[in-house]
Amino acid sequence: MSTDAGTRSTTTTPGRVGYGRVGDSARRPDGTLKVTGEFAYASDLWHDEMVWGVTLRSPHPHARIRRIDITEALTVPGVTAVLTADDVPGDNAFGLEHADQPVLASEFVRYEGEPVALVAADHPETARRAAKRVRVDYEVLPAVTDARRAMDPGAPAVHRPGNLVRHLRLRRGGEAPTAPVVVSLDFEVGMQDQAFLGPESGLAVPAEDGGIDLYVATQWLHVDQRQICLALGMPPEKVRLTLAGVGGAFGGREDLSVHVHACLLALRTGKPVKMSYGREESFFGHVHRHPATMTYEFGAQRDGSLLYAKARLLFDGGAYASSTAAVVGNGGTLGLGPYRIPSVAVDAYGVFTNNPPCGAMRGFGCVQAAFAHEALMDELADAVGVDRVAIRQLNGMREGDLNITGQVIDSAAPVGELLQIVSELPLPPERGAHPDLRSLPGAVNNTTHGEGVVRGIGYAVTYKNVGFSEGFDDYSTARVRLEMTGGEAVATVHTAGAEVGQGLITVEQQICRTELGVERVVVHPKDTTVGSAGSTSASRQTYVTGGAVKAACEAVRAAVLDRAAGVLRRSAAELRLDGEKIAGPSGELLAGLADVLGDDAVEETVEWRHRPTHAIDPETGQGEAHVQFAFSAHRAVVDVDVELGLVKVVALDTAQDVGTAINPDAVVGQIHGGSAQGMGLALMEEIIVTDGHVRNPSFTDYLIPTILDMPPMQVTVVEYADPHAPYGVRGVGEPPTISSGPAVAAAVRAAVGKPLRRVPIRPEHITGT
Amino acid sequence: MRITTTVNGTEREVDDVWAGESLLYVLRERLGLPGAKNACEQGECGSCTVYLDGEPVCACLVAAGQANGRQVTTVEGLAEGERLHPVQEAFLETGAVQCGFCTPGLVVAAHDLLQRVSRPSDLEIREALAGNLCRCTGYEKILDAVRLAADRQAQG
Ligand code: FES
Ligand code: FES
Repeated sequence: MSTDAGTRSTTTTPGRVGYGRVGDSARRPDGTLKVTGEFAYASDLWHDEMVWGVTLRSPHPHARIRRIDITEALTVPGVTAVLTADDVPGDNAFGLEHADQPVLASEFVRYEGEPVALVAADHPETARRAAKRVRVDYEVLPAVTDARRAMDPGAPAVHRPGNLVRHLRLRRGGEAPTAPVVVSLDFEVGMQDQAFLGPESGLAVPAEDGGIDLYVATQWLHVDQRQICLALGMPPEKVRLTLAGVGGAFGGREDLSVHVHACLLALRTGKPVKMSYGREESFFGHVHRHPATMTYEFGAQRDGSLLYAKARLLFDGGAYASSTAAVVGNGGTLGLGPYRIPSVAVDAYGVFTNNPPCGAMRGFGCVQAAFAHEALMDELADAVGVDRVAIRQLNGMREGDLNITGQVIDSAAPVGELLQIVSELPLPPERGAHPDLRSLPGAVNNTTHGEGVVRGIGYAVTYKNVGFSEGFDDYSTARVRLEMTGGEAVATVHTAGAEVGQGLITVEQQICRTELGVERVVVHPKDTTVGSAGSTSASRQTYVTGGAVKAACEAVRAAVLDRAAGVLRRSAAELRLDGEKIAGPSGELLAGLADVLGDDAVEETVEWRHRPTHAIDPETGQGEAHVQFAFSAHRAVVDVDVELGLVKVVALDTAQDVGTAINPDAVVGQIHGGSAQGMGLALMEEIIVTDGHVRNPSFTDYLIPTILDMPPMQVTVVEYADPHAPYGVRGVGEPPTISSGPAVAAAVRAAVGKPLRRVPIRPEHITGT
Repeated sequence: MRITTTVNGTEREVDDVWAGESLLYVLRERLGLPGAKNACEQGECGSCTVYLDGEPVCACLVAAGQANGRQVTTVEGLAEGERLHPVQEAFLETGAVQCGFCTPGLVVAAHDLLQRVSRPSDLEIREALAGNLCRCTGYEKILDAVRLAADRQAQG
C-alpha cells in the first residue's frame, strides 16, 4: 500500500497507445532493446581489431606550449600512436559558429582541460599511462577568469582582437518614461552541466577508400561532418557519420568531442579506434551552460502595469566561441520574459575568458534571464501590493501582441491561462504532526523532525523560441520509401535527425503511419547518406524534421497516386491512398497498392523549411528574429529548514502549451525531465570554477536531482495548435527547464524571506552564515 | 590473471585480466555484455547495477577478481528468452525510458526492490532507487513503472 500522502502526478492528456498515429502515445521503437540492455550506445561499440584512444588535456587555464616531447610515451608497450597538433592534416580549428578552437592545442592552451595530445593503445589503461608520459613544457600565462573583468582595457586577451564575442543592443519604445514604481535587482546564475548519463564516445573505422566511417553520439551529424572534413582535409564523401546510441544530450553534444580525435588516430594506426570519456573527462569534454550576471530594472504604474524595462546581461563564454553569440541572441531578445513592455532597453554581452567553454544547454540563454525577470516580477508584485500570479497575468503577453523585438506573436500566447491553471491545481497537504522523516528537508539524515521547517510557494512563467533564429537557414531533410514487402506495405523513413532519447524516431513513425496509412514503418539508421536534419536542439526536431517527414510522405503519396492514375486511367486527383488500398472518390476500392507498385518502391526525398526568420537590426535589436514561441508556467512548493538551510521541494506543478501533442506520453516525459533540470539549477547544480580550475568534476561533487529530491509533478498539457506549424506542433523540450527553476527559487524566497539573488541557492545563502 | 565466474547462469572464464579492472569492465569489454552501463565508474550513478550472489552492487566498484567463483546476473539475464520480465515490460508501458542509459541499472534495482517488498510505498520506491541517477525523466514515469510492476506482481 502506498502510505505517503503526497499528490500523485496527473496529466490531462490520456496516454493511449492507439494505432501509433499522430496523437497517440505510441511506444518507442528502441524501447525493448533499451530495457534488455541490448541497445548499442556509443560507449558500447566494439570492433575485433580496435584500439583505444585517450586525450591528454591541459592542466592550466592559460599557458603557452613551449615544447611537447612524445618519445617516452611512444616507448610504452602496447602504444600504437601518439599525436599532437603537428599531426592534424587539415585546419587545426573547429567550432559551431566560428572555427576558433584547435583540434589539438599548438601554441596556446586557453582553458583547463583543453586537448593537447592523443594516444592510442591496445588497452585503455595503457593509453592513459602513456598519456601521462607525454612531456609538455608550459609557460603559464595570466588568465582572465572573471567575466566582468574580461572587457577591461588591461585584461589579457584570450583571442585577438579582444574578449567581446557579441554585444546585442536592443532599444524599443523610446526613452524610458518616469514611473511611479521602480524596482531593480542584480542576479547571478552559476555554471550548469548537461550531465547526460552516456559519456562522450565514438568508434572511428578507417575505410579501404582512404576515408573514414565514424559512429558517434551527437546532436547534429552534418555539422560534425563539416568540421571533421576541414580538420582532416577530406571531402564529405570520405567522411561518413552514423549516429551511435545516444545517452542524453541537452545541448552538450552540439560541439565536437571525440570526433576528430578518433578519426586522426584511426587514420594514423589504420585500425578502428574507440574513444570513451569517463565522467571526470566528460566534465572537461563538453561545453556548459553560461554563467550569467544580470542587472534588471522595471518601471510600472501603481497598479503594476509595466511601463519600461532595462536589462544588462553578461554571459561568460569561456575560452572558445561555441554558440555564445546565439545564446546572447536569445538572452537579449527573449530575456524580459513573456510580458508586454512599452519601453525597453537591453544590452546583452558574451565574452571570452579562460574558464571552461560554454555553449548550448536546454533553454539556451532564456534559463539565466528567467531567474532575473521572474525574481523582479515578484518584487514588483510586492511593491504595488498585487498578488504574484495576478501581476503576471496583468502584464502577460497575448496573441497579437508585439514582443520586445517588435515581432507579432501570431499564434497562441496563453500566459494568463497557464498561470491560472497552475494556481488552481491542488496543493500538497500540509505537513502533519508526525511527518515521515524521509519527506522532510535533510530526509534520512534525520536533521529535523519538522521544527524550523517553513513552507513557501513560488510561481514563474516564461517563454522560449523554437528552432534556429535570426535568419539561420533552418531546414531538415527526409527520405521516405514505400514498397510491398512479403505482401505487406512497408514505409522506410530516413533522416539524419539525432535521436537522443527525446523520441524523434517514434514521432517519425507516427507521421508515416498517419500520412500513408501503413502499419509497418522502419526507421533507417541515422547517417550522412541523407541530407542534414539540422540540430537536435532548440526544441525543433518534431517541428522541423517532423515537417520534413510529413512533406516526404505527401510526395510519396502523390507519386503513388500518379502511378495508380496511369494504371486505372483516372485522374490522380480523385484517388486516395489508404494503407494497402487505392480508393476512389467515395471510398470504393479500385486497386491494391501491390497492383500499382508491383516490385517497385516509391521513394521521395524532401528538404523542408519553416517560415524564414530575419536578422535583427544591429542598433535597435528589432526584427522578426524567431519562428515560434513556446510558453510554460510552474508553481513550486518547498519546505525549507531555515536553521540548516536545507530545501525539500514538495511539489512542482506545471502547465504548458504544446500546440498539438504528437505523442502525449512523450510530451509529458519531456516536461518532467525538463522540470527536473530547472530545479537542479535552482538548488544544487553548479560547476565550481576557481581561477579557471574546475573543482568538482564528478557526480560525487556535482549533484543532479535524484528520485529522492524530485517531488511529484502535476502536469497540464494545453493544446492550442499553431496554424503555421505542421500538425500545429509547438516545441516542447525546453520551456519546462526555463520556468521550473525560477518557480523553485521564488518558493524558497517566500519561505525564507531573503532576497536570494543567486542560483543555485546554497544552504549558507539561506542561513546567512 | 584468470577469472572464473558464472554470468547469467553460464560459467565464463576470462584470461589476462589486469589487476585494476572492474567487474564492469570485464562484463562490458571482455564478455560482450554491455548492458550494465558506465555513466560514472565512481559508484555514484547506479547505471552499472548488477547482482553479485543475489545482492545488487555497482559493478564499477567491484574489482574483477572479487567476482571470481561467484554468480553475476546482469540486465541481460532478466528476460526469459523473448519474454520480458514484468519490470522491463512496465518500464516500456509507462514511458519510463527516454535515452535509456539509466534503464538497465534501474531495472535491476527495481527488480531487487520488488523481490524484497511486494507493494512498496512511494517513499520506499524513492529510497530504494535513490542511488540510480536519471537525467531525462524526472523519475515520475519510473515511479509509475515500479508501481505498475508491483501491481502486476501482486495480482500474480
Ligand atoms: S557506473 Fe557504476 S555507479 Fe556509475
Ligand atoms: S532515460 Fe536518460 S538517463 Fe534516464
